[in-house]
Amino acid sequence: MREMIISELSQAVHEMARGFAHFLPRLVVTLILAFGGWVIAYVVKAVLRSILRLIKFDKLSENAGASQLLTNAALPSATEMLSRFVFWVTWLGFILLGVHVLGILGLQEQIARFFLFLPRLFVAMFILFVGLLAASFFSRAALLAAVNANVPSPRVLSLALRTIIIVFVLSIVFEELGLAEQTMLVAFGIAFGALMLGLAIAFGMGGRDLAKRFLEKRFVRGKKAENEDELSPL
Amino acid sequence: MKLAEESFLTDDFLRQLINVGEVDILVGLPTHNNAKTIGSIVHTIQSGLLRGFPRERSVIVNVDGGSRDGTPELVTGVSIDDVRPSSNPYALRTLHSISTRYASSPASGIALRTILAAAELLRAKACVMLSPESANIEPEWLSKLLRPIYDDGFDLVTPTYRRHKFEGLLITNLLYPMIRAFYGLRIREAYSPEFGFSGHLGSQFLGQNVWNDGTEGSGVELRFTLAAITGRYLICQSFLGEKDHIERSAADLVPVLRQTVGTLFTALEADFPVWSAVAGSQPPPTTGADHEVLLEPLRVNRKRLREMFSTGVAELESVFQSILSSSTLTELQRIARLGEEEFHYPAELWVRTVYEFAASYRKSVISRDHIVQALAPLFRGRVCTFLLENRNASADQVEDNIEALCLEFERLKPYLLQLWKSGE
Repeated sequence: MREMIISELSQAVHEMARGFAHFLPRLVVTLILAFGGWVIAYVVKAVLRSILRLIKFDKLSENAGASQLLTNAALPSATEMLSRFVFWVTWLGFILLGVHVLGILGLQEQIARFFLFLPRLFVAMFILFVGLLAASFFSRAALLAAVNANVPSPRVLSLALRTIIIVFVLSIVFEELGLAEQTMLVAFGIAFGALMLGLAIAFGMGGRDLAKRFLEKRFVRGKKAENEDELSPL
Repeated sequence: MKLAEESFLTDDFLRQLINVGEVDILVGLPTHNNAKTIGSIVHTIQSGLLRGFPRERSVIVNVDGGSRDGTPELVTGVSIDDVRPSSNPYALRTLHSISTRYASSPASGIALRTILAAAELLRAKACVMLSPESANIEPEWLSKLLRPIYDDGFDLVTPTYRRHKFEGLLITNLLYPMIRAFYGLRIREAYSPEFGFSGHLGSQFLGQNVWNDGTEGSGVELRFTLAAITGRYLICQSFLGEKDHIERSAADLVPVLRQTVGTLFTALEADFPVWSAVAGSQPPPTTGADHEVLLEPLRVNRKRLREMFSTGVAELESVFQSILSSSTLTELQRIARLGEEEFHYPAELWVRTVYEFAASYRKSVISRDHIVQALAPLFRGRVCTFLLENRNASADQVEDNIEALCLEFERLKPYLLQLWKSGE
């Protein structure tokens, strides 16, 4: 009995030692991958930061309105944010690769999913950036056009347009990420419908005077002497 | 014949040009739905040519931007016999009238390009551009715009007009002073639909890379003048008389700013080596008065102008933060709060505003078109001050005020130079 226990114990110790001997090289590989990944991620971050500074990415993001969002949230500049993001994605990729080498069952499938998810994440980020750029451009265009046409409340108009574009972009981003697709679709439908209904009611209730003034200005002659644009700029 | 020019001219137009042969004088007449006035304008041109250039070979080249009222047919259908007996029955040369349609909608750049190409192909010595919208064209205008080229060897003749003191305010408050300060030449009407030019200058400009920038040649007349200045061509001015007022609606200011201020700001970029070396300014040779001012009372809604300025400054704060320095913006916000009577947009602040806009345009801090649009409410504020300053002013006082503004543009030029260099 005693011998059996000793034999089992020694076998278990042997197996553990053999298992550890098998595991140790993998652990070393994992650590090497993690360390090497950190170095590579750091280099990638430094190179990307230089490129972004060279192409004045901060200026671009300022135009897109992204810088303002980051400043309001007490976050670093867009260049710094993107560099850090790429650093963490790269390093995390290497760490997950290392974990994959460890051969822990169940984790491998998750890791594979993560790598499959990465391209979608990048596409979503790209869509978000371009969407913010478009929202900023079109809302500013609307603001300028409304101010120069002397339309009342130009900022409200501009903000409404910006909101519509951002909501639309967010719904695309979430769809791309595969997150809460149905919820976002319904939320977008409700928000858009509510906005259109609101605009229709606002136009019907409050736009009568505006429409009257517009039509008078367009078709009734005789008040032109009071218009400064009687003065030809050229 | 250059293939480059041929490629955008239609076969039919080329055939017409071949039939005309070589000419001495070319009159360019861009049109778009001008059927009501074009007949009398063509008669005036014919009369002017027969009186001023009876023995020269002449052609009227009409380029039409898609008229639907039969304007081109009216141009080519006007008979010279209607004017010949009353002017010079012994004219030996024939006068051709040809026409082409360059597009389905008007684009001044394409029209001018077509006329320049025609002038080059016909080897015209002296050319003149006339606008069918100038309702008071006189036969003498042709001699006034063509003689300095044909007889005296000038390359460009820009007009000067008799104007009301409150007309052409973009010219008096921005274009004239800024062009004068930066290009060193006191050209009153650098952007005008009427001007004369030599065939040589036309050919040179035709070869420049200004036609394919996607703007369809918007503001190309101004580019033409600036190209003549930077190319050191001989330029003079000729007094034409009163300029008939063309009605413009509120919506016209922004397109006009695009055509003029946008073009000028773009030109400053390319012409930096020229304007950075220019100091002071000189008047060009001028036939007749270099300006005349009408003083009739004119009712203008200053209150609305000031309100649009104040609204613009308040609503566009985020846009101005990208374009203007904080000190300029703070000062604008201060004057935007002033009442109607004490409202004053001083010349120095206006010049600084314009220069900061020019520097931001160069750096493309936001969309360039948005920068130009953002200038509109500020221009209205400046106009409001100009109207207040000159409401009871005599012609001399108005001229003194414009001169003072010009000197301010010249004095503050180093400020733009500094802004310009800081962006390099």
